[in-house]
Amino acid sequence: MSAHAAEQDHRPAGWRRWLLSTNHKDIGTLYLVLSVTAGVVGAAISFLIRAELQQPGMQFLENQEQFYNVLVTAHGVIMVFFVVMPALIGGFGNWFVPLMIGAPDMAFPRLNNISFWLLAAALVLLVASANIDQGPGTGWTVYPPLSTSGHPGAGVDFAILALHLAGASSVLGAINFITTILNMRAPNLTMMRLPLFVWSMLLTSLLLVLAIPILAGALTMLLTDRNFGTTFFNPAGGGDPVFYQHLFWFFGHPEVYIMILPAFGIVSHVVATFSRKPIFGHKGMIYAMMAIAVIGFMVWAHHMFTVGMNVTGRVYFTAATLVIAVPTGVKIFSWIATLWGGSIQLRVPLLWALGFIFLFTVGGVTGVVLANGGLSVALHDSYYVVAHFHYVLSLGAVFAMFAGFYYWIGKMTGRPYPEGLGRLHFWLTFIGVNLTFFPMHFMGLAGMQRRVPDYPDAFAGWNQVASTGAWISVASVLVFLVVLWRIFSARERVAANPWGEGATTLEWTVPSPAPFHTFTHQPVIEASPAPHWLNDGA
Amino acid sequence: MRIVGGGGGILLGVLAPGVVWAGQPLPWQIGLQPAASPVMEDVVALHGYVLIVIIGVACLVMGLLGFVIWRFNARRNPTPATWCHHTLLEIVWTVVPVLILTAIAVPSFRLLYRQDHIPPADLTLKVEGHQWYWSYAYPDLGISFDANMVETDQLQAGEPRLLTADAPVVVPVGQVVRVQLTADDVLHSWAVPALGVRTDTVPGRLNESWFQVKEPGLYYGFCAELCGVRHAYMPIVVRAVPEEAFKAWVQERKVAQNPSPQHGNPPLFEISALDPESDPSLMEDCHRVKGEKPFGPPEANDGCVYFPPPYVLPPAEAPRMMPGG
Ligand SMILES: [Cu+2]
Repeated sequence: MSAHAAEQDHRPAGWRRWLLSTNHKDIGTLYLVLSVTAGVVGAAISFLIRAELQQPGMQFLENQEQFYNVLVTAHGVIMVFFVVMPALIGGFGNWFVPLMIGAPDMAFPRLNNISFWLLAAALVLLVASANIDQGPGTGWTVYPPLSTSGHPGAGVDFAILALHLAGASSVLGAINFITTILNMRAPNLTMMRLPLFVWSMLLTSLLLVLAIPILAGALTMLLTDRNFGTTFFNPAGGGDPVFYQHLFWFFGHPEVYIMILPAFGIVSHVVATFSRKPIFGHKGMIYAMMAIAVIGFMVWAHHMFTVGMNVTGRVYFTAATLVIAVPTGVKIFSWIATLWGGSIQLRVPLLWALGFIFLFTVGGVTGVVLANGGLSVALHDSYYVVAHFHYVLSLGAVFAMFAGFYYWIGKMTGRPYPEGLGRLHFWLTFIGVNLTFFPMHFMGLAGMQRRVPDYPDAFAGWNQVASTGAWISVASVLVFLVVLWRIFSARERVAANPWGEGATTLEWTVPSPAPFHTFTHQPVIEASPAPHWLNDGA
Repeated sequence: MRIVGGGGGILLGVLAPGVVWAGQPLPWQIGLQPAASPVMEDVVALHGYVLIVIIGVACLVMGLLGFVIWRFNARRNPTPATWCHHTLLEIVWTVVPVLILTAIAVPSFRLLYRQDHIPPADLTLKVEGHQWYWSYAYPDLGISFDANMVETDQLQAGEPRLLTADAPVVVPVGQVVRVQLTADDVLHSWAVPALGVRTDTVPGRLNESWFQVKEPGLYYGFCAELCGVRHAYMPIVVRAVPEEAFKAWVQERKVAQNPSPQHGNPPLFEISALDPESDPSLMEDCHRVKGEKPFGPPEANDGCVYFPPPYVLPPAEAPRMMPGG
């Protein structure tokens, strides 16, 4: 056994191990390190934004409105492409998809390597873009003509190339996940038996493969409009700026599900583990995710209700958007039904998962409000929208990231997390983000528009509250850094399965930390009875 | 009512802030601005209705979540149940949301059609977004002017910071105003919350919206689409006045902007008929049409545009939905 274990743990040393890595766990770790690093930068930018908005008038960006817009752009792009996606997809996906399906690695290990390093290169380009000429002050949506004739400097070109590289990285990673999941499952691990996290990764990957090329096309047209005199989006040459918005949101709306589906997967595992009960309605959960993925492609123009779309279009996009609430509701109720009758242990991962359900519900119901095209005259591009998407993403997706982090950190490092500090981290974050984002609903309803460095004095009160929440969130980030330090300096080690009978998926059958090579021999899964994570012989 | 001669002083007597309806945000406000137009009344009503529904749904979910955490805690319930399936329950929580959403969709569609149906207009207002000010034109009345933000140190008492423009859009109370919107540089969005208007101004497109102000007053708005450095500094002031006061303002405005009234003023969207090549005097100041007040702030004279873009659609044409469609 020990010789066998030693062989499983054979790994290259030094920089070669990381730069040339083809190991799914090492690459997953690289993604997580990149995500945490970018997350600290992205959070720092958020705090700068909240500091500027703390009071009416310009605080420290006097006559630097362009820099404020660059901060807003960088915050959005970093959080979407370099924090949430790398953590949920590249990080946890790489680590746990092969482990959950009993595969020794990803299908294309070298492709996996280039996927990661393309993303690292994209981050370099993005950081550079902010420092070139006047930087990209376009928002993460990069709408023309502001991103073309409105920004003559090369900063926007760098940002576009950064998005291009990040997109290529995502598509390559997605191809890898799809191939791995479809072809490398252990025998008797049929599709309908796959754990929900694996399903979420499969669907997210399919969305990526279908959506990113649209973004790539739109960005390429932007580049040629900017540099080679084409007029795809320029009416002077027969183009149309609204055409860009259709292309962008045809990618952009699936993108939000790309970020949230893996979060759904993680929450399902955490809820089932800590209620010591298999997930309720495993099949229903799969169908709900499929429905979300499909409908997610048919609602894009609800981001564009005010562009001058005809009424039939607005009615259609209102209806289609409302429909998404149905499968989302199925997921929420299935999580509650999983908890119902369980034997709930309120450990830190479950706290984050419950926080996710709470915040995602708030963000979900405000989504139902925003779905109504008729209300967009009051709410479009207002702080109500900012509140909504931060509830589902910055809080929803991020809470799921932390749920996954505390759930799997023992498996990844072999070391326990500090329970008390984890709880403190959760409560500080929960209070901080709610204080920050809930008042934004009020600001938006009263008529405060997005992406402004200064606002009418009437909004001073709620902005002060929101910024106070941000300072609490600063404390929570610091606590998280202490948590990281405590984990990596811990002397104790955790067992292969620290969670007991509730943790049933295959990653808990390998030692902690997971050896460098796992499942070099295929694990055995019986045709009957069904694996423990299923309810009734699905 | 007394009409004060000269510039912006006109009508100030009847419309001192605080005396009349003021469509602007208030400190610690938590809801929509009070409706001042029929469309906004419908918006407020639909929002109030949907808000009740979503508060109900959110409370149900929070209640269930709280209950399971309390009731099925490991201390209270040491042995977990083994069931994980209940077909009827799954059907119920699929069908009931469908019914709730249908109950939202029906009034929602009604609102959409109501917003889309513009009643016969009494007045047409043209809005053109620029970096970073608005141009307005009343084509039937031969009036056009620009509106810039009033800087903080120039504000009069009672004028809200960042919301005060140097030239209000004056409209008669109770009349249907059709708004036609476009832009000549980047995207902007003309938003006046209390009037239920928020429509993007898009280069190369002519969008349409409408409002009908119910009460005299000042209604404040802003640019709602990121348009660059001074995006936060493009306020809109709509001043609704009784009809006679409106007529007086129109006269005042005409005299102010054109010393020879019978000559009339070229509407904003027909400036393309003027050709600077054949009329060199037009070249002197690219933002100035001969005999007219400057067409833009003096400091914005860098990017010279002689014509509104030739691709601007004729006003009669309806807004399009899809590119090329
Ligand atoms: Cu603007």
